[in-house]
Amino acid sequence: MGMGQNFPVAGIALAAVTFVAMILLGVDAVIALSVLLVWVGSLMVAAGRPPEPPKAVVRQQLDLGSISDLIENFSTPLMITERNTIALANRAARTMLGPHVVGQDARVALRQPEAISLLNENRNGEAIVRGLVRRQDIWQINRQAINDRLAMLELTNQTAEADISRAHTDFVANASHELRTPLAAILGYVETLREDEGKVDTPTAQKFLGIIEREAQRLHALVSDLMSLSRVEAEKHELPTEQIELAPLVERAARDAAGSARMERLDIQFAAAPRVIGDLQQLEQVVRNLVDNALKYGADDRPVRVVLDLATADQARIAVEDEGEGIAPEQIPHLTRRFYRTDPGRSRASGGTGLGLAIVKHIVERHRGRLDITSELGKGTRVVVRLPLAEQEALTAEGIDEDHDGDEREPETQQLS
Amino acid sequence: MAEHTVKAFDEDITRLRGLIAEMGGLAEVAIQEALDALVRGDEELAEKVVARDKRIDALETEVDKLAVRIIALRAPMADDLREVIAALKIGGVVERIGDYSKNIAKRVGMIEGRSRFEPLTLLPAMGELAGEMVHDVLTAYAARDPDLAREVIATDAKVDAFYNSIFRNLVSHMVENPSTISSAAQLLFVARNIERIGDHATNVAEMVHFAATGAYPPEGDR
Repeated sequence: MGMGQNFPVAGIALAAVTFVAMILLGVDAVIALSVLLVWVGSLMVAAGRPPEPPKAVVRQQLDLGSISDLIENFSTPLMITERNTIALANRAARTMLGPHVVGQDARVALRQPEAISLLNENRNGEAIVRGLVRRQDIWQINRQAINDRLAMLELTNQTAEADISRAHTDFVANASHELRTPLAAILGYVETLREDEGKVDTPTAQKFLGIIEREAQRLHALVSDLMSLSRVEAEKHELPTEQIELAPLVERAARDAAGSARMERLDIQFAAAPRVIGDLQQLEQVVRNLVDNALKYGADDRPVRVVLDLATADQARIAVEDEGEGIAPEQIPHLTRRFYRTDPGRSRASGGTGLGLAIVKHIVERHRGRLDITSELGKGTRVVVRLPLAEQEALTAEGIDEDHDGDEREPETQQLS
Repeated sequence: MAEHTVKAFDEDITRLRGLIAEMGGLAEVAIQEALDALVRGDEELAEKVVARDKRIDALETEVDKLAVRIIALRAPMADDLREVIAALKIGGVVERIGDYSKNIAKRVGMIEGRSRFEPLTLLPAMGELAGEMVHDVLTAYAARDPDLAREVIATDAKVDAFYNSIFRNLVSHMVENPSTISSAAQLLFVARNIERIGDHATNVAEMVHFAATGAYPPEGDR
């Protein structure tokens, strides 16, 4: 590297000292003089060169110290390797791998074979390693060379992504288990009926057939729920487009869920006739699932209230309330998980699939709405769905409908359909 | 560790530690993959484990040569000498751990009726524990952490307990199902290998403790 256009004072002084020393040591004066001349001459030639471009000065400033200042506070673990040793590790990396890694061979910090082949081959690239800190961790190592000595290693935690894919696997495993349970019962009873041909008396056979039918229906419900869940999930990011009158929809779906047997327990109240942008079938399913849950898990002789009103000026609110034993507060956050049951035995006995609220949650999310569940043990549960109203312009276009609000008599007229 | 006047000596020690870490990383993966191959009956993966053991052997030779060279050329003293001696011994032990994993992998093809084989479900848990010991002891080596080394030594008791219960389980399984004796016997060896891996991890932990403090861990821990 050139020393710039500065006069080489230090070099000439050194040459002079050497000259004097040589004279003092008794070296031939001619030789000493020629050494001096050649030395000083070469220094002058070097000094005469044009100065290096200023870029070189900037380059020089990028030393380890400034890199260290630069990377220290990054939240991603970063390390700088010099040849094969770790010259720098920022705080995140030291916390993760331990402060001892600085100054060590890079292999001491990253001993996984994939990481080592990345380090050894001295290339830019990425490697996925398992068990960097804890044994089940998955990290991605990204190596980028800075120059021929230094390289930067960037560590990214991929464990969360692996967890998501594991959640999918778990779902498939759960679903298969849920499907197999009713099938096993059906197969068992069919086998019994077939093997003991003639020996099973008619009442017992009827009982068996009843069980088979019930299990088959449960299977049917489960498959339908799984299908709607996957459909809702697939459409999760598309906003629905239909204009929907909520009042008749809630009415229809609630009655549908109750069926003639439980109709008298249903108490439907409309305080508004809101209009939303939504998916007709999906919103019907929300109401159906909620009302069915309320009827199923509320006390047998108590009414279930379904109230439709406005939560705010731009939000419709559907509330479904039952009176029953309620749900323990610690279980509420888990209710919308697939196949989560507060009481597996009771849920199965009443033909629940464990997917109802999961479907509701996904549908409400797709409609940009909110789902709130409040419950008090011993009193009952209240589920509230809030949905944003359709745009104002849509309302004014059919503003006449607004006058019909408070259509509390509509239930009776609709009962016929 | 304080720097030395002879910079090349530091470089040698760093390289030696790097080699040990690389061996350890390979051994860890070997245990994991050998057990995965065993549980899934994946003979291809098993072959990969066997093939990769050669790399561990080659590294051990390299460790030996480097350690001898350091002793011959630099005449290390005190903690430096302990470091080199420990590396020399740990290299040998980690190589053995690799061999045990290879041995497990070699038995993958000899087990029949895998899916119905109940004792097979206990082995991964035991292997997991032994694998964790190896992982932790290598971390302790990297950090020169005698406390973590002592924890590893304490874990070995659990692996031994696992071994005893699997042994009993397998023997009673053999008594009840004489047709599976040959497979069950293979699993007995697998369990034995895992137990040996745990013992070797303990040995490494003792050497880590020795290299870091100059003393072997107190007898009560072992």
